[in-house]
Amino acid sequence: MNAVVEEHHDDHHDHGPAKGITRWLYTTNHKDIGTLYLWFSFAMFFVGGICALGIRAELFQPGLQIVQPELFNQLTTMHGLIMVFGAVMPAFVGLANWLVPMMIGAPDMALPRMNNYSFWILPFAFGMLISTFFMEGGAPNYGWTFYAPLSTEYAPPSVTFFIFAVHLMGISSIMGSINVIVTILNMRAPGMTLMQMPLFVWTWLITAYLLIAVMPVLAGVVTMMLMDIHFGTAFFSAAGGGDPVLFQHVFWFFGHPEVYIMILPAFGVVSAIIPTFARKKLFGYDSMVYATASIAFLSFIVWAHHMFTVGIPLAGELYFMYATMVIAVPTGVKVFNWVATMWQGSMTFETPMLFAIAFVILFTIGGFSGLMLSIVPADFQYHDTYFVVAHFHYVLVPGSIFSIMAAVYYWLPKWTGNMYDETLGKTHFWLSFIGVNVTFFPQHFIGLAGMPRRIPDYALQFADWNMISSCGAFLFGFSQLLFLFIILKCIRGGQKATERVWDGAKGLEWTIPSPAPYHTFSTPPKDMAEAHG
Amino acid sequence: MSTEETYQEYYVPHSSKLPIFASLGIFLTVYGLGNMFNEMSAGSDSSFGEIVFFLGGLVMGGTLFFWFSEVIKENHSNLYSDQLNRSFVWGMSWFIFSEVMFFAAFFGALFYVRAFVVDWIGGVGERGPSDMLWQDYEPVWPMMSPPDAEKFPGPSELISPWGLPLVNTLLLVTSSFTVTFAHHGINEGNRKKLVNWLIATISLGIIFLFVQAYEYYHAYVDLGLTLASGIYGTTFFMLTGFHGAHVTLGTFMLIVMLFRSRKGHFSKTDCFGFEAAAWYWHFVDVVWLGLFVFVYVLGS
Repeated sequence: MNAVVEEHHDDHHDHGPAKGITRWLYTTNHKDIGTLYLWFSFAMFFVGGICALGIRAELFQPGLQIVQPELFNQLTTMHGLIMVFGAVMPAFVGLANWLVPMMIGAPDMALPRMNNYSFWILPFAFGMLISTFFMEGGAPNYGWTFYAPLSTEYAPPSVTFFIFAVHLMGISSIMGSINVIVTILNMRAPGMTLMQMPLFVWTWLITAYLLIAVMPVLAGVVTMMLMDIHFGTAFFSAAGGGDPVLFQHVFWFFGHPEVYIMILPAFGVVSAIIPTFARKKLFGYDSMVYATASIAFLSFIVWAHHMFTVGIPLAGELYFMYATMVIAVPTGVKVFNWVATMWQGSMTFETPMLFAIAFVILFTIGGFSGLMLSIVPADFQYHDTYFVVAHFHYVLVPGSIFSIMAAVYYWLPKWTGNMYDETLGKTHFWLSFIGVNVTFFPQHFIGLAGMPRRIPDYALQFADWNMISSCGAFLFGFSQLLFLFIILKCIRGGQKATERVWDGAKGLEWTIPSPAPYHTFSTPPKDMAEAHG
Repeated sequence: MSTEETYQEYYVPHSSKLPIFASLGIFLTVYGLGNMFNEMSAGSDSSFGEIVFFLGGLVMGGTLFFWFSEVIKENHSNLYSDQLNRSFVWGMSWFIFSEVMFFAAFFGALFYVRAFVVDWIGGVGERGPSDMLWQDYEPVWPMMSPPDAEKFPGPSELISPWGLPLVNTLLLVTSSFTVTFAHHGINEGNRKKLVNWLIATISLGIIFLFVQAYEYYHAYVDLGLTLASGIYGTTFFMLTGFHGAHVTLGTFMLIVMLFRSRKGHFSKTDCFGFEAAAWYWHFVDVVWLGLFVFVYVLGS
C-alpha cells in the first residue's frame, strides 16, 4: 500500500516517511492521514455493503428466507450508520486531507497531531459499533435515525455503546473540521484570496462549518437518550412531560445539515473534474460559491420536512414545505453551471468525467424526487415508503459515492504516480452505473405503490421489482471489487503519470510531481496564476 | 501576511505517539462508561466497567499532560511562527463555537418543551385528543406534577432564583472580571498581579461549584427535585449539570495556568494558553447568564 509513495521522497530536503506500521500510527503527514481515511472508508464501504446485500438478499423474494426480522432490523440500521458515518464522511475527510493543503499551497494541515487523533478515534468507534452485533440483544435495530422511544425504552442494551460510538465519531468530526477550517483560513499561500480558492476547498470550508455547528447537536441528542435510558430523565417520555417528537426535532436539526455535509464536498469534486475534461473554465465560479453558502444556510431551517406525518401544526408544515422547495434554487444554479461548463467544451470521457457526468444526471433525479417529497400532501403518501429509499439513495450513491469514485480516479495518478487502467476504470463505471439504476430506479415504483421501508417481508405485488432491485444491488456490490482491484493495480505500477496528469487540469496540485512528494509547499508557492480551479 | 524573506517555516512535527494513545485513552474511557451504565441498569455488581473507565481516564489524562507539555516545550524553543499561533487561536474559537452548539441543543429542548409540549400534552392547541391519557394533568410551567406522577414524581418545591442562584451569578460575573485583571497582569509584565488575580478567579470558580453542589443536595433531599422528577428536573439538572461540568473543566484549565504562571510562563506577546483558558471561562460565564435567565428566573 505504501510502496510507491516511499520511493519518491528522495528529492526533498526533509525526512521521508517512517518505516513499517508506526508510520501509520504516529504519522502527522496530511497525505498519510488522507490515505488512512480513504482506506478506512473503503473498508467500511464493504462492511456497510455486506449489510445492504443481506437486506437485498432477504428482499429478493417475498416471505422470510434468509434473515429473521430481528436481524433484518439490525442490518438496515447498521447499513445506514456505517455508510453515513463510516464510508461517506471519512472518504470526504480523506480527500480534504490529501487535497486541501496541496490546493492552497500549504505545507500540511494546520494542526497535524490533532489530525492524526481525528483519524485514529474512528477505528475504535466503529470497532465498538460493529461489536454490538455480538452483544446480548444484538446490534442497534431502530434505524439509522434511531427515533425515540424505539432507541430508548425499547432498545437493546447495546444502545449504550452505540451512543458512545456516536460521541467518538462526533469528536473525530469536530476536530477534523476545525483542522480543515483553520487550514483554509490560515494556511493559504500568500496571494491566494478566498475567491481564488478551488471550489473543492470552498465546499469543504462550508462543510466543515456545518459539521462544527451540528455534530455537537447530535452529541446532545444521544446524550439525552443516554440520560433517559439510564438516569430516569424524561426528554422523550410524554409521561414525564417530555415528547418523543422532541427527539425528531433535535435529531433532524443535526440530520438535515448532515445530508448536505455528505453532498457539498461532492459538488466541489465535480466542479473540479468537469472543467478539466471539458477544457473550459468553470462556468459561474462566484455563483457556485454563493449557491453553496445558500444551500448551507437553508439546510439549518428545513429540518422538519422529515417529520411531516408526525403531527406538527399546519403553519409548520407550510413553512417547512416552502423553505425546502427554496433549496432547489441554489441547487439548480449548480446544475446549470455544470451543464454550461460542458457546453461547447472539447469534451473527453475518461473515467472521472464519466462518473462526474453520471453524478450530474443522477443527482438531479434524486433532487427532483426530493422536491416531490417536499410537497406536504404528497409526502403523506410517500412517507416511509421505498420512494424515500429511492430518493436518498439516488443522492447518496450516484451522488456522494460516485463523486468519491470520480475523485479517486481523478487524483489517483497524483497520489500514486501511476495511471490507472482506463479500460478497467470505464468497465467499473458502466457496471456501477447500470447496477445503481437497476437497484434504485424500481424502488420509485414500488414506493409509489405503497411498499413500506424497513420491513423484511412484502406483498406479492411488489415481488418483480424487488427481484430486479436485488439483482442490481448484487451487480453494484460486486463491481466494487473491481474498483478495489483497479486501485491496487494502480498503486503497484502502471504507465507513469506526468505532473499535469490531465490535459486541462488547473490548480496547484498539478504543479508538483506525481506522485506528490511526501512534503509539498514547505515554503509557499509564488505563482498564483495556476491556483484557480 | 509574511513576506518571502521573513517567511518562517510552519512547524510540522514529523511524527507523534501522542494521538494514538489519546485515541486508546478516549476509547477505554467511553467503553468503560458504557459498561458501567449497562451494569448499573442491569443491577449487576461487576466492576469491569469501572476498571476500564479508570484505566481509560489514566491513559487519557497522562497523554494530555504529555501532549500539552510537548506543545509548551516546542513553543519555548521558538518553533512556532505567528502563523502557527493563529492556527491555535482559530482552533480554540471554533472549539468554543462547537460547545455553544452543544448547549444550544439543550436550550432548544427546554424552549420546545415550554412552547409546545406542556400545552399539547394537556390537549391545548392542535393536538386536541392527546389529553385522554392523563386527564388530571395540568398544562403549566414549572411542571410540578408530570402527567404520570407515579413514574415521574414531581418536586414539592423549586429553587428560588433570588437565593443561591443569584449568589452564583454574582460569583461568576465577578470571576470574568478577575480573569481579565489577571490578563492585564500579563500585559503589564506584573507577575504578582497575574498570580493573585488568577487565584481569585479560581477561588470564585471553586466556590461556585460548592454552592452548586449544595443547591443540588438541597434539591434532592429537601425539595424532591431530581433528574427523575419529570421534564422540569430533566432540563434543570441537565442544563445546570453540563454547565457545572464546564465550570469544572474551566477551573482546571485556570489551575494549570496558575502553575504555569508561577513557573514564569506567559508574556505580553506569548500567552495563548492563558487566553484560551480565559475565553473558555468567559464562554462558561455567558452560558450561566443564559441559564440564570431561562432556567431560574423565567422557569419558576
